[in-house]
This record gives sequence, C-alpha cells and structure tokens, in this order.
Amino acid sequence: MELILNPWPWYIGGPMIALILFLLLYFGKNFGMSSNLRTLCTICGAGKSTEFFNFDWKKQQWNLMVSVGAILGGAIASQFLTIDSSVAIHPDTLSKLQELNFESAGMAYMPEELFSIQAMTQPKVLFILSFGGFLVGFGARYAGGCTSGHAISGLSNLQLVSLYAVIGFFIGGLVMNHIVLPYLL
Amino acid sequence: MRQIIFLFIGILFGITMYKSEAASWFRIYEMFQFKSFHMYGIIGSALILGILMIQLIKRFKIKSAYGETIEIPDKAKSISRYVYGGIIFGLGWGLAGACPGPMFTLIGAGVFPILVVIIFAVLGTWFYGKIAPKLPH
Repeated sequence: MELILNPWPWYIGGPMIALILFLLLYFGKNFGMSSNLRTLCTICGAGKSTEFFNFDWKKQQWNLMVSVGAILGGAIASQFLTIDSSVAIHPDTLSKLQELNFESAGMAYMPEELFSIQAMTQPKVLFILSFGGFLVGFGARYAGGCTSGHAISGLSNLQLVSLYAVIGFFIGGLVMNHIVLPYLL
Repeated sequence: MRQIIFLFIGILFGITMYKSEAASWFRIYEMFQFKSFHMYGIIGSALILGILMIQLIKRFKIKSAYGETIEIPDKAKSISRYVYGGIIFGLGWGLAGACPGPMFTLIGAGVFPILVVIIFAVLGTWFYGKIAPKLPH
C-alpha cells in the first residue's frame, strides 16, 4: 500500500502508460487524448460551419469515456491514494523557481502562483493559462496529435513523422521555458 | 456496455498521470530545465515497452478482444505540419505546463483553474479547424 501512496517512480509510471497503450490497442482503439478536443468542438456544433468538425462524434464516444475516466482517476488518486502530494523537484529547479517567486515550489502538486483561484484574479496568470491552452489545442490538431498520440503511440509504431512532431514539441517547450517564460513570470 | 471498459482504462490512465506526477506543472518545468531524469524515464520506458509490444503484435498477428487483427494506421506523410504544429504545441506545453491527457486528470484532482486551459485548448482546436485549409500541411 505504501508503494501506491508514495509518488510513483518513473519505472512504474512509464510501464503503466505502456499498459494503457496495450489495453487500448487490445480493445481495438488507438491512444490519443487531444482528439477529444476536436470531438468537443463537434458536440458544440462546430461541424455545421466547418468541414473539419463535420463527423459522427459518436464514433469517438469511447475516447470521451477515457477522458471521463482520466478525470475520475485524478479524483481517486488525489483523494484516496496520496498522503503528501508535494512534488520533490530537483534542488536546482527549486531554487530557480524560488528566484521567480514561486513559493509553493517543492511544497505542492501545482504552483499556487498559477493554479489557484486567487492567482486567477491577475491578468498575467489568466493570460498564461488561456494562451497556453490555446496553443496546446491549436498545435496538437495541426500536428495531428499530442504527447500520447505522437510521443507514445506514434513513436512506438516507429512513425518517422511522430519524431518530427516530438522534436517540435521540445523546440517549442525549450523556447518557452528558457526564453519567454522568465519574462512572463 | 463496451464503453465501461474505456472508462476503466481512463481511470487507470488518470491515476497513473497523477501518481507519476506527469500531471504536475513542476515536473514539466523541470523536464524542460533538463534537471531530472523523471519525465524522460517515464516517456522513455513507456516508449521502449511500446515499441516491443507493437513489434510483437505485428509479428505474431495478435488479435484484439473482438477477434479482429490489431491495426495501427500510419500517420499521414508530411514534414511541415508536424514541425510547425509540434512547435506550437510545445510552446503551449511549456507555458501552461499541461498536455491534453493530464488536463482532464487535473480537473478530477480539484485544480479548477485548469478549466481555463481546457476551454482555450478547445478554442485553439476550433481555430485550427477554421483556418486549416490556409495552413501549410
């Protein structure tokens, strides 16, 4: 039980993701979470004016179920399977974040400075969350997949184009993390 | 009834995202700082096992639960859409610190500001669909 309640090391987390990939393949589906964002557009009626969203979303119902499960899993894990949710990040990262006035670093699961109701009253924080989300949604569909669809599913199936996408993910992430974010925070 | 299976797979996925801390903004920040092996270990070990698994599925023509051949479609050939789309996705991943899977997990974990990220991710997807015919693919 203690093993479950403590944070899971990478050599548990990684194989668990591989197991999820296998289960989806075994039940005749492919792993890809960002497709759900497209399905949500279609459910909201985007298919009436845009061809890209004009498809039978019921065929994607299984993936929406995976999303609902992911929500429930987050609730179960945080409520019942965790004693201390603080994330033990590397001391160098910790001091770097403290310099950027992230007082919750090392003491919480998510930074209070970005992901709390109080923080959301700041225009800067709202900009980070909304623009970040917008780029994730736009980029995932443009690239035809996100971390699960390309870095896990696509690379596992030795798709060269998924490697291009993953290299893109890291170029974008590194530029944001090292060049843009220090000015925003 | 078949849908219940996917709900359970999702629950397993959500628990894994939360417990492995892949859903934590701090872990994503740390990953892009190259300070810890943690995230690389998660993605790398999932990938090595995934490659082995798919090779075995193909070699031994393993059937799905419904007795059908397991088919994994090839991704469309292109370079520009994957590079441009990938970079845009990466900028967002580095900014919001969450990719689409963990976003759902964080709602369940009670991190409600993530709803702003999700709503805008849906808007971003919608905007892509709108302007897709004008973009290089």
